[in-house]
Amino acid sequence: MSTTVSPSQSVPAQTAAAPLSGVRVSRALIYAALVIFAALFLIPVYMVLVTSFKSIDQVSISTMWNLPTSFTLESFQRALEKLLPNLINSLLLVVPATVLSAALGSMNGYVLSKWRFRGANIIFPLMLFGMFIPYQAILIPLVQFLQTIGLYGSIGGLILVHVVYGLPITTLIFRNYYAEVPDEMIEAGAIDGAGFFGLYWWVVLPISLPGFVVVIIWQFTQIWNEFLFGVTITNTASQPITVALQNLSGSQIVEWNVQMAGAFLTALPTLLVYILLGRYFIRGLLAGSVKG
Amino acid sequence: MNRDRVTAILMLTPSVILLAIFVYGFIAWTGYTSVTDSNLRQQLRGETAEVVGLKNYEDLFTGLLNKRFRVDMTNTVFFTILFIVACLGVGILLAILLDQKIKGESVFRTIFLFPMALSFVVTGVAWKWLFNPTSGINVLPTVIGLPAGQFQWFISEDRWLPFNWHDLGFYIALILLGMALLFTLWQWSKKRSQWAAFGAALTLLLLAWVTLGDPRSITPIREDGHGFNVALIALVVAAGWQMSGYTMAMYLAGLRGISEDLREAARVDGCSELQVYRRIIFPLLQPITLSAMIILGHISLKIFDLAYTMGGGNNLFIDMPGINMFFTTFRASEFGRGAAIAVIMLIMVAVVIVPYLYTQLRSETHL
Repeated sequence: MSTTVSPSQSVPAQTAAAPLSGVRVSRALIYAALVIFAALFLIPVYMVLVTSFKSIDQVSISTMWNLPTSFTLESFQRALEKLLPNLINSLLLVVPATVLSAALGSMNGYVLSKWRFRGANIIFPLMLFGMFIPYQAILIPLVQFLQTIGLYGSIGGLILVHVVYGLPITTLIFRNYYAEVPDEMIEAGAIDGAGFFGLYWWVVLPISLPGFVVVIIWQFTQIWNEFLFGVTITNTASQPITVALQNLSGSQIVEWNVQMAGAFLTALPTLLVYILLGRYFIRGLLAGSVKG
Repeated sequence: MNRDRVTAILMLTPSVILLAIFVYGFIAWTGYTSVTDSNLRQQLRGETAEVVGLKNYEDLFTGLLNKRFRVDMTNTVFFTILFIVACLGVGILLAILLDQKIKGESVFRTIFLFPMALSFVVTGVAWKWLFNPTSGINVLPTVIGLPAGQFQWFISEDRWLPFNWHDLGFYIALILLGMALLFTLWQWSKKRSQWAAFGAALTLLLLAWVTLGDPRSITPIREDGHGFNVALIALVVAAGWQMSGYTMAMYLAGLRGISEDLREAARVDGCSELQVYRRIIFPLLQPITLSAMIILGHISLKIFDLAYTMGGGNNLFIDMPGINMFFTTFRASEFGRGAAIAVIMLIMVAVVIVPYLYTQLRSETHL
């Protein structure tokens, strides 16, 4: 982590000729640009919120950008009616899938960073490739495979799929994380007589919390937001919330205020995680570009 | 110690086996399906699919009934280029702005990055409402008394840069020719005569192909009506809104890695602030640009949810191969052809990702 320079130290060595007012103007321009961009980025949020707090007779073209004249939770109620079963499906899916893929990723990362073996630098890239493939390329066999083992259309099948295709990224993040742990710590533990599992339990696991936080946040967000598997290997009873939202917006009869309320409900869990634990989210994000 | 090493390998084995089956086994299976005429009718009758060789691929690129696939490929190329340019441009701009010791930096960063936490489905639903031609963004100017916008966004039927599919072979040949020529001149300027000679030979060969041969024969189908579908702009805006925070984060991490001393030294040497960026900072950020291009590129090549949510799956102006594969396989139940589309998508992604993984991991120190 780089140390941040405190704001009071700013404008350290402007070329001597630059008059102070010029610096002020350019600072103002920078802030103005940032504020404009921030406003542009927030337009969809404004629109979603404004629309979802309106009742249907208030949703008209001429007043689309206006604030609601009277706040109502009616659209949230109606969206929740339609989405609640799928919201529960998503929760039932995302918790076990996240925990399992994090646990496996931690073990894999430990092996790949501290127990290097011949062939590891061939196996690891081959594992990693799995996170970049377009899942369309495995979808047809996947459906047939899940049908054969009786997991097609069930949340269990969806969990299995997310755990397997989550392995590359969780392994990668933990491998890079454990690579920072000095080998001497492992060696010291080994001298004290600890074996493979002892070293993991007593040395590695106690310092793994930040790694787990990054991986759990990342997997939670990815699995919650996923759509392709959700729409292909489920049936109506086991669809996750993203699929239900798409169905909601795809049907022409559902009013816009309900659609926006649905979008807000779908976004809420990952948004909360991001706002509360954003620092770790960004770490996961940057780890996705392999080197971390 | 030796027994522990065996245990370590045993602990990794389940994951390796799972990925071997679910990634490589299934890819091989898809590859096999793509060279058969497998479809639902056969399966229901209990018949086995027949191997038809590369017929599915040939149909996709030349069959009269598969124009949709060629529209998808054209869309993918234009979308990928615009999406990458938009994300890189906005990302570097925001990163530079945020790198000026800004008060409230974390608030701005949070605002620029939060769309990354959303599902593409949420993004699609929200932007579909904003892009509604009779409401949404088009009405925004009327709030301050200006006339409403007329752009049709994702349902626009306009097409720029029209080209005939039949001429595509000719254009590809011209582009290859240009690249070979540039390569030759570049090697020539570097005084690598052997490579320059190789490039010159290649240029001559391509020139002969363009003038004497018939490059159009590689795209034999006579078909009009391809080009840049203007509706894709809507998709680029929505996808750029979601992903440019990602490039911003990458660039910002890169900028923070450049020491203040280095910039200071350049300033002392008389560089203006602009020159510091041009001479020092941008060259140092180049590897990040490359990484971002590859990550963004592979996302846009396989994009599915966003275009599906916005277009509902039957808006061909923003159609993508991923959507086509989904409909061909799961609605039309033509497994063979769906698998062929999937394999083409995989090849496109692999061309981008495999060299990237290779260089990323090669630079690490191994045992």
